[in-house]
Amino acid sequence: MTSNDRTSSSADPDSRGRVLVVDDDASLAEMLTIVLRQEGFEPAVCLRGDEALAAVREFKPDVLLLDVMLPGKDGIEVCKEVRAESGVPIVMLTAKGDTVDVVVGLESGADDYVVKPFKPKELVARIRARVRRLDAPVQETLAIGDLAIDVAGHQVTRGDEVIGLTPLEFDLLVCLARKPWQAFSREVLLEEVWGYRHAADTRLVNVHVQRLRSKVEHDPERPEIVLTVRGVGYKAGPS
Amino acid sequence: MPRLAPLTRRLTRPRRGSGLGTAVGRALTVWRRSVSARVVVSTVLLSTVVVGAVSWLLVAQVRDGLLDDRVRTATAEAETETVQSVERLAGGSDFDVASQLELVAAPLSQRGAVRGYEVLVARSDADPASDLTSSGSISSPGLELTSVPRSLREHFTSSAQLAWTWTSLRRTVDGETVSVPGIVVGTQVQLPADGRPYTLYLLFPMEQEQETLALVTRSVLVADALLVVLIGGVTWLVARQVVTPIRMARKVAERLAAGRLQERLRVAGQDDLARLASSFNQMASNLQRQIQQLEELSRVQRRFVADVSHELRTPLTTVRMAGDMLHDARSDFDAPTARAAELLQVELDRFERLLGELLEISRYDAGAVALEVEDVDLRDVAERVVRQTATVAASSGVEVRVREPGRPCVCAADGRRIERIVRNLVTNAIDHAESRDVVVTVDADDHSAAIAVRDYGVGLAPGESAMVFNRFWRADPARARTSGGTGLGLSIALEDAHLHGGWLQAWGTPAGGAQFRLTLPRHAADQLRHSPIPLLPADAEPVR
Repeated sequence: MTSNDRTSSSADPDSRGRVLVVDDDASLAEMLTIVLRQEGFEPAVCLRGDEALAAVREFKPDVLLLDVMLPGKDGIEVCKEVRAESGVPIVMLTAKGDTVDVVVGLESGADDYVVKPFKPKELVARIRARVRRLDAPVQETLAIGDLAIDVAGHQVTRGDEVIGLTPLEFDLLVCLARKPWQAFSREVLLEEVWGYRHAADTRLVNVHVQRLRSKVEHDPERPEIVLTVRGVGYKAGPS
Repeated sequence: MPRLAPLTRRLTRPRRGSGLGTAVGRALTVWRRSVSARVVVSTVLLSTVVVGAVSWLLVAQVRDGLLDDRVRTATAEAETETVQSVERLAGGSDFDVASQLELVAAPLSQRGAVRGYEVLVARSDADPASDLTSSGSISSPGLELTSVPRSLREHFTSSAQLAWTWTSLRRTVDGETVSVPGIVVGTQVQLPADGRPYTLYLLFPMEQEQETLALVTRSVLVADALLVVLIGGVTWLVARQVVTPIRMARKVAERLAAGRLQERLRVAGQDDLARLASSFNQMASNLQRQIQQLEELSRVQRRFVADVSHELRTPLTTVRMAGDMLHDARSDFDAPTARAAELLQVELDRFERLLGELLEISRYDAGAVALEVEDVDLRDVAERVVRQTATVAASSGVEVRVREPGRPCVCAADGRRIERIVRNLVTNAIDHAESRDVVVTVDADDHSAAIAVRDYGVGLAPGESAMVFNRFWRADPARARTSGGTGLGLSIALEDAHLHGGWLQAWGTPAGGAQFRLTLPRHAADQLRHSPIPLLPADAEPVR
């Protein structure tokens, strides 16, 4: 693992969040750290895919920026491994805009993706959206279907059973549960949950709704908690 | 062939509803299309002629043989009878003409009734033109005297030599006249009673010979017919042996032409057809190899373009971020450096766009583009594009107007791509409008919807309207471009249009402006035939 200047801000109270950059292109990685530090994040770099998991364990990032093409182990594999043990938000950096790669990346557990070449501001906006929820913990309890959501404690329970969700899935569920009377279009969800300002790829929403359903529904084929509103988008099921 | 038959029938049928015409047409079709039919028919025709000629010769030989034989026996018999008659006359005691005639004729008649010939005895010096009855002749009962031809009678007016000729032997049996072919042999005797020459006519009917000949002819004809049918059958079998492999080859060739390059003929044996098959296969293999090579080459090339574009992305990202950073900090720089940072930013945008379009093109080349089809109203597209390009238009001093029919112009299309095409056309038009107006026309009919972008600027030189869609093509390489197009925009637009089954066409005259027209089918699978907007704008100057 190659971490870059980690001592400077491991306990920095002003830090907006810790970002681990996994990319084999040293120049790009360095450029990313410069930009991220300028934006107030605390970055670290890992140049190899097979070292990424150890780096995540050690650095405990708030957001993981993950390139798809990596030496040692490709980004999709890394994504699966990280997701298996952590709900850390993952943003894939992909040089391919092709449908298949994007969907594969999302299905392997990524929360979001940015297509190279990206504008720094765009990337920062995405990272901010991923770490935003750290900013304002509010005491709040929501109910959706037979689930109880403890917003501040970041926990979803069905009866006594705790359901493990990634932060993004949690945000998605909370977003729907807060306004159970409202049907959310995919575009609105992109803005609320992912922090997009402009119209973007609505496949993000589809993939994550599928993932969320597979965790919270009794029968993902016949959802009762996250309902599809045909022609519009999604809404919360009755509680 | 069954699939095409109705067409041929339509072409060859002389009149509507003519059954005969249909049959003739069908026969003609078979004749034109089937080698074996032609071979069989011509072989049958030729063999009929040959067999007919041979049979005719055969029958003629048989007939000649029969006749010669008959003539020989007839003349021999006539000679014998004459000698016997002369002997009878010499040994006779009557000196009366009538009884002497009777002496000659009666035994002859008796013998003739037994041996099957008729007899006529007549005076030789009577006028041949006169009737035989008038000259006191004696004949077998029932014999028509006209059975003796005049030529023979004439012969005996001047000669006493034995003579014979063909005749048609007429007899009256039970009141009916029966005519059979026969030979009449004449000999001359002198009656001692009056010393005058009398001719003995012996008429031999040839009914038996006729029957034999008829039998032979019938047999030969039956044999002929059988032979011709047999030849036809054999020819058909042989033709089939040749034609079947040819038909197989045709089918395989058709499949090859349809792109199934792995199709091959089966090679059996070592004859000409087998060699044809193996040559054919060799040709197919060569073709397949060449095509595969070309495909591979083109694939490698496309892959290269995609890879290059792809590989450029990561460094471009870094440069982009560095550029952004410099751009954001340009207020801290001195004026030239700040300007450099701005230029860097602008060119990076352009570079990024170019790279994006290169990747887009390589996706088209790889056939990896999928449409997300929905109902798109071209009026909305036009409105949106005009709004998006308003800034660029204003800075170029161009007013973009939309002319629409006031009813929906909906077609099934990928809205994002259609908008990109139209945006491309409009920015292109603004770019070349030379501060004159740009008019966007939208219209639709039952089958298609179209959008046309008209400018009144520099226009296009003859022949350029097809070239504008070429990649990186520029009307005038020296001309400055304001909107910073990449040179790929129209190529991508054209690919997009084709992907929709639509048309993208250009019209233009030098200094008369240009019009680009996009026509899309209303339903995704429809074939375009007509566009609701003419490609040649109504306000175009007439061609001089």
